[in-house]
Amino acid sequence: MPDDRELAETHASTGLLGDWVPGTAAMDELVVSRQSESLDSDDILVKKPLGFLFWFALSWVGLVVLLAVIADLLPLANPNFQNYSAINARPSFHHLLGTDDLGRDLLSRVIYGSRVSLIVGFAAVTIGMLVGGTLGLISGYKGGRMDTWLNAGAFVLLAFPAIVAVIAIVAFWGHSLYKITIILSVAVIPLLYRVVRASSLSFANRDFVIAARTMGATSTRIVFREILPNVIPAAAAFGLITVAGVIVVEGTLAFLGLSVALPTPSWGNIISEGATNGNLQVNPFIMLWPVLAMFLLLLSINLIGDRLRQRFDVREGLL
Amino acid sequence: MTARRQAKRGRGTLEFADVGHADDGPLLKVEDLHTWFRTSRGTVKAVDGVSLSVDQGQTLGIVGESGSGKTVLSRSIMGLLPVRDVVRSGTVHFAGHELTAMKPDQLRQVWGAELSMIFQDPMTALNPVKRIGRQVTESLRLHLDIDRAEATAMAIELFRSVGIPSPEQRVRWYPFQLSGGMRQRVMIAIALACAPRLVMADEPTTGLDVTVQAQILDLLGELQRERHMAVILVTHDLGVVASRADEIVVMYAGRIVEQAPTRTLFSDTRMPYTRALMDSIPRLADPSGVRLHAIAGRPPDMIHPPRGCRFAPRCPYVQDKCREIEPPLRTAGSPDHLFACWFPLVNGVSTAPMESAGAGAPPTTPATSARAPIPFGDTAINPDAEVQSP
Repeated sequence: MPDDRELAETHASTGLLGDWVPGTAAMDELVVSRQSESLDSDDILVKKPLGFLFWFALSWVGLVVLLAVIADLLPLANPNFQNYSAINARPSFHHLLGTDDLGRDLLSRVIYGSRVSLIVGFAAVTIGMLVGGTLGLISGYKGGRMDTWLNAGAFVLLAFPAIVAVIAIVAFWGHSLYKITIILSVAVIPLLYRVVRASSLSFANRDFVIAARTMGATSTRIVFREILPNVIPAAAAFGLITVAGVIVVEGTLAFLGLSVALPTPSWGNIISEGATNGNLQVNPFIMLWPVLAMFLLLLSINLIGDRLRQRFDVREGLL
Repeated sequence: MTARRQAKRGRGTLEFADVGHADDGPLLKVEDLHTWFRTSRGTVKAVDGVSLSVDQGQTLGIVGESGSGKTVLSRSIMGLLPVRDVVRSGTVHFAGHELTAMKPDQLRQVWGAELSMIFQDPMTALNPVKRIGRQVTESLRLHLDIDRAEATAMAIELFRSVGIPSPEQRVRWYPFQLSGGMRQRVMIAIALACAPRLVMADEPTTGLDVTVQAQILDLLGELQRERHMAVILVTHDLGVVASRADEIVVMYAGRIVEQAPTRTLFSDTRMPYTRALMDSIPRLADPSGVRLHAIAGRPPDMIHPPRGCRFAPRCPYVQDKCREIEPPLRTAGSPDHLFACWFPLVNGVSTAPMESAGAGAPPTTPATSARAPIPFGDTAINPDAEVQSP
């Protein structure tokens, strides 16, 4: 029965009935299930299953994060230990993913390397969201001169080719983990600001906001209690997709040798090593594993972001 | 703990009573309120000199078609309009406060607690992502300083009083799970949560079907009697206010064109516009197929309102004078019946000279004497014996 309801829901929302014939047993069942006034609110919420892909994506992200966190507890080889008796070894029981041209264990390097990507990706977006998101919320609700100036500022920053600016700053300022994080968070602030502001603006003059005002709510209360909960789904979805973007940029920097210094592994610099010194011909696994891990991570993050947005999309036409 | 809270609440009521004492006049007194919007096309005079008053426990109906300025009027009275590009002048006295002179944070003390609003569209006036119980308890906790459990108990009680079945479960529901009528009940519960003295209901039933409309209006009336609050009922439907308002104000193009106690307004309509509004209500007794009465034309452009009477271009009894000089709001007979018309209706018949009779028709009604020279300006007096200047 849940499937029928889901199907009916889809048809109702798209307005297409397809081969659906009103009055079929399934439809009657749906009508009955709607009419029988169950008071359990969860029962009335017609939940669409998130699907196998979503759970696969979530498990992959979960696995990557978990491994990165507990890497020190795992029986992994030292990612920087060079075993000269096992250079360019193929995957085996001793080295599950093989070794690179210096005899370092690739599984260990890929897992430790994920730390850099994850920290930079999530930390930069969190900082960016705190700053850009807060500014966007307030500026979208308040409007006026502050909004005009912030918006103009965001446009100026967006007009800069971000990657070039980031490379220039990294080249001058240095490239430790926290500096990379700060620089990338600054780079995503205007993006997140714009998205949150647009969303906030679309709620700023809605009746429920005016209604909250007539009940004596302060601006702070309106922004954080009335508008923020409405903005969160869109912001979270976009934030996740931005995480994916930041991971790519960090990878690019690492590939160019501008991220964390060697020999500390990061996906970007493992890929870079795999591509140099003719390694790609001799041992394609060096490049394959980090590329595969990153590809799946980005795909998963995007998929989760998208599903969450669909899931929490407030469907006012649901009646 | 409870004692402390009760003391707090008690103090709140005391302040309330004090304010009431300090102000013996009407609860709400609006004088010469103008609300103009500056736009790139020019200044829109949405509300142009409106005065009215509402007593405690009374219902005032504000009636007019779309674009007559009734919604702007209600928002302007509350002080809800943005500051930028809005010109507001006149005074709004409410329960001892001068609302037009209050700062935003002072207004916030009044809003919700003493003056609240029921919105037109319950579909959009509730926050879609918050449980309806939360939406009620937030304002309760804001104004009454009570804890969460107490506020929830009050919310359940409020939901029960507005006729929401099984309120204990429903406080945990989201707006989209409710029907339009139920949502409007929630809106009413929110508006009445802190026992305001005046509720502005801006077309509270427009989005609902007719049977639900009646239920909601009856509910509102019931709660009003119980709590002895004043209600301003803004609507485009004379039928809605006919049985529920004590007094009715008819607005046209930003001005009051007729104002009278409900009974008087219906029995002794003076303004042709009010008459036209009444005639446009479909009648059950009419045989099917009868054309509905519509008022020809559209409300005037509020950037350049017509000279003279603003209804003149659409008025079936229009005279030259109507196009030249704007009629003042004046009384005739009973002092609480105001209207703005040079040739008011008497017993449903216009006092204007018959147009079809042509210009040379002999004067047949007393109002034709109004064609005699009259003093200009605000003191313009129609020498019609039965009509006196206010």
